[in-house]
Amino acid sequence: MTAETSGTAPEQAPVMLGIPSAPAPDFPPEVRARLDRDAESVLARYPQRRSALLPLLHLAQSEEGYVTPTGVKFAAEHAGVSTAEATAVATFYTMYRRKPSGDYQVGVCTNTLCAVMGGDAIFDALREHLGVGNGETTEDGKVTLEHIECNAACDYAPVLTVNWEFFDNQTVESAKALVDALRAGEEVSPTRGAPLCTFTDTARILAGFPDPRPGAVEAGGSGGAPSLTGLKAAKGEQA
Amino acid sequence: MTSPQAPQSADGLLRPVLSECWDSPQSWTLATYRRFGGYRGLPKALAMPPDDVIALVKDSGLRGRGGAGFPTGMKWQFIPQGDGKPHYLVVNADESEPGTCKDMPLLYANPLSLIEGMAIAAYAIRCSHAFIYLRGETVPVLRRLHHAVQEAYEAGYLGENILGSGFDLDITVHAGAGAYICGEETALLDSLEGRRGQPRLRPPFPALEGLYACPTVVNNVESVASVPGILANGKEWFRGFGSEKSAGHGLFSLSGHVVRPGQYEGGLGITLRQLLEKAGGIRPGHRLKFWTPGGSSTPMLTEEHLDAPLDFEGMAGLGTMLGTRALQIFDETVCVVRAVTRWTEFYAHESCGKCTPCREGTYWLVQLLRDLEAGKGRMADLEKLDDICDNIFGKAFCALGDGATAPITSSLQHFRDEYEAHITGRGCPFDPAASTVWADEPSGAAG
Ligand SMILES: Cc1cc2nc3c(=O)[nH]c(=O)nc-3n(C[C@H](O)[C@H](O)[C@H](O)COP(=O)(O)O)c2cc1C
Ligand code: SF4
Ligand code: FES
Repeated sequence: MTAETSGTAPEQAPVMLGIPSAPAPDFPPEVRARLDRDAESVLARYPQRRSALLPLLHLAQSEEGYVTPTGVKFAAEHAGVSTAEATAVATFYTMYRRKPSGDYQVGVCTNTLCAVMGGDAIFDALREHLGVGNGETTEDGKVTLEHIECNAACDYAPVLTVNWEFFDNQTVESAKALVDALRAGEEVSPTRGAPLCTFTDTARILAGFPDPRPGAVEAGGSGGAPSLTGLKAAKGEQA
Repeated sequence: MTSPQAPQSADGLLRPVLSECWDSPQSWTLATYRRFGGYRGLPKALAMPPDDVIALVKDSGLRGRGGAGFPTGMKWQFIPQGDGKPHYLVVNADESEPGTCKDMPLLYANPLSLIEGMAIAAYAIRCSHAFIYLRGETVPVLRRLHHAVQEAYEAGYLGENILGSGFDLDITVHAGAGAYICGEETALLDSLEGRRGQPRLRPPFPALEGLYACPTVVNNVESVASVPGILANGKEWFRGFGSEKSAGHGLFSLSGHVVRPGQYEGGLGITLRQLLEKAGGIRPGHRLKFWTPGGSSTPMLTEEHLDAPLDFEGMAGLGTMLGTRALQIFDETVCVVRAVTRWTEFYAHESCGKCTPCREGTYWLVQLLRDLEAGKGRMADLEKLDDICDNIFGKAFCALGDGATAPITSSLQHFRDEYEAHITGRGCPFDPAASTVWADEPSGAAG
C-alpha cells in the first residue's frame, strides 16, 4: 500500500538516509534454534520456499512483538530471498508492525458503514480517554490504538477488534470499559472468538500454528444474532 | 446444509442452505456438518470422471460469488489437462471489500462446507494441493479453519487416497497480512508466492499460468462452498433457487440502518424491499436514502430501486453490479459526501501504487472530497471529480481503480444537490450524531 500521507505521529527511530545500516544481529542461539524448528514446519506447508515468507514474518513478529531487522533477516534466510526483498514485503502489509507496540492492539473500524453507525465517535472518545493518537501506545505499554478498515463484520457495526478478535456492537461506554479492563489486566472475552491472548500469541496463530489453549476453538459459539437472523426468519422464529 | 427438510420461509424467499446449521450448537464441527447432509457430495464426485463433475457444475448455472459472477464450471474447464504440470486451487477468503461480510461468518460457523467443496473442485481440476488465502485480521475464523482441516484429515476426507478413491489432496491454510488488494486474484497469487500483493498483467490468465506459473483456479469461498450441495442434490435442485441466468442460493448481508441487520440466505433475484421486510425495515422513524448492492465498489442505488431483482442481470440493468450482495443501508441522516469521502480514503490507502491513474487519481480524489466535505469546495470541483474518475475508469491496471470511482460517479448522479449544498452552505448540513446506532435512544448512550 502507499504510505500514509496524513499527519501521523513521527516514528520513534530517526530515519537516517544514506547511511547503510549495520547487519542485523541474529537471535540468541537458543531462540534461533527454537524458531528454526518452527520455520521448518512452516516451510513444509508450501511447494516453494518463498511462499512461506508471510507466515515467517508473522512468526518473527510473534517472537518480538514487531518486525525487527533481526526478524526480517530470519524470515528472508528461510524463505530464500534477500533481506531487501523481505523488507519490501514486510513494509507492504499493514499487519506487520514496524515499532514496539502495546500488548493489546485496539482497532476501531472507521470505514464508512461503521464510522456512520458510531465508529467515528468511538474512535474520538478512545483517543481522548487514552490520551493517544492513531498508532500510538499508552504509557503503560498496554494498549495501542488504531483505526482499522472494514473487518467483514458490518452487520455487527460499530465494530472493534482487540488483537484481531471481534468486539461487536460497541458503544462509546462499552469501548471505554473495554480498554480500562485491558489496562487493569482483567480477563476479557470478545463477543465472537476465544478469550484474548497477547499480540505475540496471536501472531503465532497467524503463522499457522493452531491455538493450543483448550476450548479456544469452541469459544464464541456459531455467531451472534446478526449471523442467525436470516435463519430464524426462515424458520418463522422471528416476526 | 442441504438436509432433506431444509427450512424455508412461508413465502419461499428465504431458504438457508449454507447457513442452515448455524444455530446448532457446535455448528462448525464435522459431526454437525454431517448431520445436516455434509459429505454426501464428495463420494458422488469421486465416483464420477472428473470432467463429468466439471460439466455438472457448469450445468448447475453456478456463477462466482466473489463479485464478478463468472461461471464456475467454465473456469474449471479452462484448466488444461494432461499438461504434466501441477494444478492448484486457491480459495479467495480475503473478504475486504467494504460492506462485505458473508464469507467470514460462513467460515466461522460452517467451515467444512468449504473444505468439502475444495475436495470436489480439486478432484475435478486434478489438483493435489489447494490453498485457502484468509485475510489475517480475522483470527477466530482462522482457528475454525485450522480445526476443520484437521478434522477432515482425521476422517480421511483429506490426505492420501481419500475415501479409498486413489485421489490425494492437501490443504494449506494461509493467513494474509492486511492488504485489500490481495483479494484481486492475481495480486493474491503474488502474495501467496511471498511477494508484495500487486496485480499481474493478463493474459496469461491464472487458468494457464497462476500459482508458480502453473494452471490455477481462484474461487471465492461461497462459490466453492456451494458445490457440495450441487453434487449431493443435483443441478436441478440448485437451479430451483434463483433466477434464469443467476441460478442458485446466496447470502445477502444487510448492514446499517435496518432493524435486524445480518445474513439472509435465499435465491438470487430477491429484492431489497423483500429483504427489508424480513429484516424489520429501516430503523423506526427513518427512511432509506442510499444503499450499495454489493459493496462499496458497486455504484449506489436509492429508494427508486427497491424492487429491482438482486441478481447479476437485474443489477447490471441499473448500471451497477450484484457484487458480493453486501447491502449497506443508509438512512436520511447520513451525509452522502461524508460516506463517499471515507470510501475514497480507503481506496487511496489500499491502492497498490502499480499504475498511475489509480495511484495519483485516488490521491487527488481524496483531496477534493475532503475539501468539499469541509465546505471548502467550489462548483468546478464537481466537474473535476467526474473528470478524474473518467481518467481512472477503464484505464487502471486492475478493478480496484474502477471500484474507486463507483461511489463518486453514482453519488454525483443521484445526489449532486447535496454536494452543491456543501459548497453553497460552506459546510456539511448533517449532524453525524444523528446517524449513530444510539442516536434515537432516550438517554443518548453516547455519553
Ligand atoms: C480489489 C479487489 C478485491 C477483491 N477482493 C475479493 C475478495 O476478497 N474475495 C473474493 O472472492 N474475490 C475478490 N475479488 C474478486 C477476485 O479477483 C476474483 O474475481 C474472485 O476471487 C473469483 O472467484 P469467483 O469466480 O468464485 O467469484 C476482488 C477483486 C478486486 C479487484
Ligand atoms: S488499479 Fe490501483 S490497485 Fe490496481 S494495479 Fe493500479 S494502482 Fe494497483
Ligand atoms: S465497515 Fe466496519 S466491519 Fe465493515
